[in-house]
Amino acid sequence: MNSHTNVAPIATLRDAQERPDVVSLIDVRRHFGKTAALDGVSLSVRKGEILGIIGRSGAGKSTLIRCLNGLERPDSGQVLIEGRDITGLSESQLQPLRRKIGMIFQHFNLLSAKTVEENVALPLKIEGLPKAARLQRAAELLDLVGLSEKARAYPSSLSGGQKQRVGIARALAARPALLLSDEATSALDPETTHAILTLLKDINKKLDLTILLITHEMEVVRNIADRVAVIDGGRIVEEGAVWSVFADPRSETTKSLLNTIRPQLPDHIGQSLTQNPVGEAVLSVDLAGPDANAPLFADLSAALPHAFRLIHGGIDHIQEQPVARFFIGVPDPSRLDSVLQFLKGRSARVEVLGYDARPV
Amino acid sequence: MTPVLFDLLLRSIWETLLMTGASGLISLIAGLPLGLALVATDRGGIAENLWISRLLGAIVNGFRSVPFIILLVALIPVTRLIVGTALGTWAAIVPLAIAATPYYARIAEVSLREVDRGLIEAVRAMGGNRWTIIREVLVPEALPGIVAGFTVTLVTLIGASAMAGAIGAGGLGDLAIRYGYQRFETGVMIAVVIVLIVIVCGIQWLGDRLVARIDHRA
Ligand SMILES: Nc1ncnc2c1ncn2[C@@H]1O[C@H](COP(=O)(O)OP(=O)(O)OP(=O)(O)O)[C@@H](O)[C@H]1O
Ligand SMILES: [Mg+2]
Repeated sequence: MNSHTNVAPIATLRDAQERPDVVSLIDVRRHFGKTAALDGVSLSVRKGEILGIIGRSGAGKSTLIRCLNGLERPDSGQVLIEGRDITGLSESQLQPLRRKIGMIFQHFNLLSAKTVEENVALPLKIEGLPKAARLQRAAELLDLVGLSEKARAYPSSLSGGQKQRVGIARALAARPALLLSDEATSALDPETTHAILTLLKDINKKLDLTILLITHEMEVVRNIADRVAVIDGGRIVEEGAVWSVFADPRSETTKSLLNTIRPQLPDHIGQSLTQNPVGEAVLSVDLAGPDANAPLFADLSAALPHAFRLIHGGIDHIQEQPVARFFIGVPDPSRLDSVLQFLKGRSARVEVLGYDARPV
Repeated sequence: MTPVLFDLLLRSIWETLLMTGASGLISLIAGLPLGLALVATDRGGIAENLWISRLLGAIVNGFRSVPFIILLVALIPVTRLIVGTALGTWAAIVPLAIAATPYYARIAEVSLREVDRGLIEAVRAMGGNRWTIIREVLVPEALPGIVAGFTVTLVTLIGASAMAGAIGAGGLGDLAIRYGYQRFETGVMIAVVIVLIVIVCGIQWLGDRLVARIDHRA
């Protein structure tokens, strides 16, 4: 597995490491016939953090998240929830534990025969709370998710985003220590996705709630996660603070998942590149963290006038850290070495992708 | 139609409604749990037990494959044991209920099976046990189908109760055969047909209205 530094390089470092693990998985395996849905997963989630688990379809994400509340039983390995191994528990021992773990789903899974407030109050009914207390708590939660006026409506009359808000309110009803989200925004349009993610982030801050969210979209991880784990073929192939994984992805899976969200060399340029060193050299330049705040290209231009041109790229800000990725061209190959040296001296990661022999 | 025949018609209506209502109620009370058991014990169900599932399935199929008129006669000893006699309206309720229960169980089973598995998963994830799942998910979510299926069962029972005339159960079917057919009282025949149409339409209308009221699915 590719391990990055696990936290932002700022003051939160010490704080984060002192926080206890809410979830730890130790070498968890789960097979379905010959497919290994989980092939030795070890992972931990600290109190109050948002961990994003990303992977392609069939990577084992749902199986992993379902192991955390005992909906799925691992063949081997340990699943510790607040330090307690749940793998040996019976169904009836798991039930009280599940009440302290909220879960939201891609298709919302609201009960159509119950009103919005009845849906939100259901976990409390299961807990045995009296009706008045349940409805009062449901009202509080609907207020939190901004749906108070829909309390008496039935789910079928709500939009997707509203349904997921109800799902979130329901998941929070029993004051869980952990919230599990299985593709909770995959059925929503981008704008609604953004609103739901913002809500989750707010709740995470307001309630210091630990959130483990599964997704196949890097965008989701980028927007709210503190840490990301990339899963492929039932294994965690890369893990670390989101900004650092985005800045320096190491596994092929991560790189390809990042394709849609990081600047890519435009296809028409990529296609005309050869490894034959004639013409314009095309470079990728990656820089992240405090180093990326410096006026790199202005300095390069001052040091080596007219040595390069910008082709494509930009600076993203993830977890308040700048993450820069640029593609530049060096038209005169004789100046390539000095450009490379300069950039490396500024701790950028530079790669010569090829040469474009066409006249610029 | 003479006043005597009119009285007879009223009595037959009452007998038909009694047979249909009583056996319908029994089939609801016994058939719904049986339908739940069929769904719960099946593969991937909330109380998976394939042996019980197969056994229940075989019993249900066994009863459903015997034509009602044969069941009616074959069950005479059972009827005598339960009601004390094998003749009359009350005696007809036993075979009617026994025939309708597996019939209704299958109808309920279909509706229960259609309940989205995601909903069961959601309630399991919030710490619900099997009983919670039945009470909060399976039955309420399948209720529109359960009610619609009950309407169908009642209408079928009205038809079947006509055959119960063979064991002296009375009812509209019996009246139509004895007076309308055997004694050429065409008026009686027409009256019976009209009354049956009204009853069936009434039940269907009530059932449909109830379903519309309780159905909150999209
Ligand atoms: N109940 C099951 N029976 C058999 N195979 C299963 C079962 N559940 C999962 N699998 C298999 O395990 C692998 C991982 O499945 P899982 O649902 O965890 O993937 P996922 O990452 O959630 O995918 P998606 O993004 O499509 O939801 C897949 O190959 C899947 O076919
Ligand atoms: Mg999945």
